[in-house]
Amino acid sequence: MSKNIKLISIVLFALFSFFILLKGLDKSNTYSPSIDKSKIDFNFKSKYLFSEKEVFLNELLKNEGMTLINIWASWCLPCKDEHAYLLKLKSLNNLNIIGINYKDNENNAKQFLSELGNPYTKIITDPNGINSIELGAFGVPETYLIENKSKLIIKKFIGPLDDKSFIQLTKIIQ
Amino acid sequence: MVNQLGNYSLYIALLISIFIIIKTSLSFRNSSNVLSGNIFSLISVQSLMVIISFLTLIYAFVTSDFSNETVYNNSHTAKPLFYKISGTWGNHEGSLLLWLLVLTIFLFLFVIDSKNLPQRYRTFTLFFQEIIIFGFLLFILFTSNPFANIFPIPSEGTGLNPILQDPALAIHPPILYLGYVGTSIIFSSALGAIISDSINKSWASHIKRWVLISWVFLSIGILLGSIWAYYELGWGGFWFWDPVENVSLMPWLCLTALLHTVFTLEKRGTFQSWAIILSITTFSLSMSGTFLVRSGILNSIHTFANDPSRGVFILCFLFVLIFISIFIYFFYQKTITVESTKTFLVSKETAVLINNLFMMFFLSVVLIGTVYPIFLEVINDEKISIGPPFYHKLIIPFLIPFLFFMAIGPNIKWIKDKMGKINLKDIFIFMISIVISYIFVNKFGVSYLLSLPLFIFSLFLFFVTIRDFFGKNINISQKISHFGFSLLILSILLNGVLAKEHSSNMRVGDEIKFLDKIIQFQNIEVIKKQNYQTLIGKFNIVDENNSLSLKPEIRIYDQPQTITSEADISSTIFADNFLVFNIIKNDGFYNVRYQIKPFMIWIWISVLLISLGGILSLKKKNV
Amino acid sequence: MNKMKILLKLIIIFLFFQNFSSAETSQQVDKISKNLRCLICQGQSVYDSQSDFALSMKILIQNKIDEGNNEEQIYDFLKNKYGEWIVYDPEINKNTLLLWVLPLILFVFGGILILRKVSIK
Repeated sequence: MSKNIKLISIVLFALFSFFILLKGLDKSNTYSPSIDKSKIDFNFKSKYLFSEKEVFLNELLKNEGMTLINIWASWCLPCKDEHAYLLKLKSLNNLNIIGINYKDNENNAKQFLSELGNPYTKIITDPNGINSIELGAFGVPETYLIENKSKLIIKKFIGPLDDKSFIQLTKIIQ
Repeated sequence: MVNQLGNYSLYIALLISIFIIIKTSLSFRNSSNVLSGNIFSLISVQSLMVIISFLTLIYAFVTSDFSNETVYNNSHTAKPLFYKISGTWGNHEGSLLLWLLVLTIFLFLFVIDSKNLPQRYRTFTLFFQEIIIFGFLLFILFTSNPFANIFPIPSEGTGLNPILQDPALAIHPPILYLGYVGTSIIFSSALGAIISDSINKSWASHIKRWVLISWVFLSIGILLGSIWAYYELGWGGFWFWDPVENVSLMPWLCLTALLHTVFTLEKRGTFQSWAIILSITTFSLSMSGTFLVRSGILNSIHTFANDPSRGVFILCFLFVLIFISIFIYFFYQKTITVESTKTFLVSKETAVLINNLFMMFFLSVVLIGTVYPIFLEVINDEKISIGPPFYHKLIIPFLIPFLFFMAIGPNIKWIKDKMGKINLKDIFIFMISIVISYIFVNKFGVSYLLSLPLFIFSLFLFFVTIRDFFGKNINISQKISHFGFSLLILSILLNGVLAKEHSSNMRVGDEIKFLDKIIQFQNIEVIKKQNYQTLIGKFNIVDENNSLSLKPEIRIYDQPQTITSEADISSTIFADNFLVFNIIKNDGFYNVRYQIKPFMIWIWISVLLISLGGILSLKKKNV
Repeated sequence: MNKMKILLKLIIIFLFFQNFSSAETSQQVDKISKNLRCLICQGQSVYDSQSDFALSMKILIQNKIDEGNNEEQIYDFLKNKYGEWIVYDPEINKNTLLLWVLPLILFVFGGILILRKVSIK
């Protein structure tokens, strides 16, 4: 009798492990903390690009509507790919897009924008990457959609924007 | 064309496998069945087929045959010949083929080696091993075929990850696999033995050799991986509790426990069931390791694209084997002929059990630490990281009693020994250890909790194992292995406590003061090599008496484009001077990391000693 | 402007942390960064990694220490941004209780089995 209980419990445990591991295989390997948990205060100071003035990110978020924050750099190749989407978003919805220029050289950034166009309402700099960490970013490019009133991140894109994320974004904005 | 040869050989091997499985399972009914020469030649042909396909793959790599997808993805014409060859097993498909190669060769050797054992036992072992071979053949042919073709044929391959282009890492996989896959024979043999009711002393002395072989290869394989991580990854550490490392440590811990149990079974004919459980567990751990590493379930973000069907296949196969073994174990457990031997409290048998208890504890810490995040994520959707602090906190407190038992255990006699015979010498050694540790800890201001008892007991073990060299009641291989282990613990401890490091950003010409030394960054030389460009930095470490010149490199590989840093290490018997530098974005600056690692070389030597003990024990019994 | 900021910072450090030499802060940064996972690397700590993410992280830790945050506060700050995943030393809570306790239970269980197997007499 006790043998059977042992056998059954071992078999059940093995089955349990099997299904857990099987499910574990489906899990996406990219991880970002669920949005409601990332309490981000946009209350950090940063310098404008092409100017010596400083500003709190807070002040750049308007009172209504939404703001798109995009982390970019002229040396980052995927940023070039997603740039067209940012321009389209700008022209379509007249969206407030704030750029964070990540670990970049001002001249290169200038050239990048004059070649590809400037979708940003305002651009602030992040010379050593710590402002992006305040946002909970992993690197470049990353894009955040923020509801201005509640100051909450509604949507977060790690990596360059593409057709899929563009459609998602336009839907939410409209 | 040649490519297809490898593919067809694998199909032939698969057919042979099916045939043998059917043939042997038909012969189970008549217990007198003799392993016919017929089957033996089939096994030889099967091994030959797998060898041919493996050679075909090597050939494809050497000739850079880019019509082969595996070669295209992992090789490049500009790669040195040595790394073209090692590239064969430096990728998913090739490494599985290597798995299969070891599986079949070990089976072949087993059949030759087991001539004097009961036929029924041999047949069953053969049967189970063929099931494993069959599973791997299916896996290789249908989810990760190394002979897949691409058309049109690309003119150039994409290259081998430069971090893998390293002599230690080139031979690391084959050696590790010999150990890893060697456990398959132990698994099959344990199942064969339990069904044919032949778990006895002669089985133990037969299987002991296979346990030793796997154990020695696994030890050396882990050592090579560690050495590689030490100088190639540029972190200056040698063990990171990384899941991929843990996965090789788990079967090692289990094998070590099995080794001690099998010795006892051979001497005293006891602990039969336990030996079987350990044999099954060891191979299951090797398979789980393959699953965890190959399926990509453990990888963090920015992982390689992985084919999920592979993970599902190995997982199912792993659990099929686990269920088969659970049922066989429970069904046949009653039939194990138990020699009615008593285990007395003070006896070597108990000492072996205590060793096993600690091994199982360490194993459970590593296993739970490795898979817990997966379980938690699936059940609770919470993601956590488990790193070195966790393992240290759980393992170190238990290491202290473990070292104590390891010091006294080997001197206890079999069957029954007297309690109160603890001699004055032991107490004297213990006192000396306390005094030395106390002075040491005070002098160097070591302030970690538990460091004092840890020092006392590792020194105690160290002295006792040295003393034991002059005793008679322990065999030489055990003396060497145990001494090696005490040396390992002591060197790791000293290394951890006394290590010094300094990291800073420097330009050519800069000087930095660190402790009583001055680090000078003299110049950088750029040299073009066959498939990379290298920046050689020349550094001088100057202190009062002498000056040491170190030349670490930064290599910029073209195919695929990657930057690696090669540390320069100067080793003496007292300490390693380790220097590595990296490019950082700020113009002209390099991140320079200098470390003094005391007794580093003794960590490697001690693992070699541990393995040497195993090799000696292997030789002795063959005579 | 930037130079001014650094100077200001230096003055603050000098005033408030006179006994806190820079060698000690950098040791503190090392200690903390060893305990953090570099989220974009494969199995490396922030300390070990030279990636952009890790380099910024080290600067951030340095800044936080200069601002007077202690180790726990820095971990909390980062856990808030990136979740529990970033720290290597999981704290004991309802999610990780089993992780810490299970090996110990197994050890005790194994010990009992051995005691039952061994005859005392």
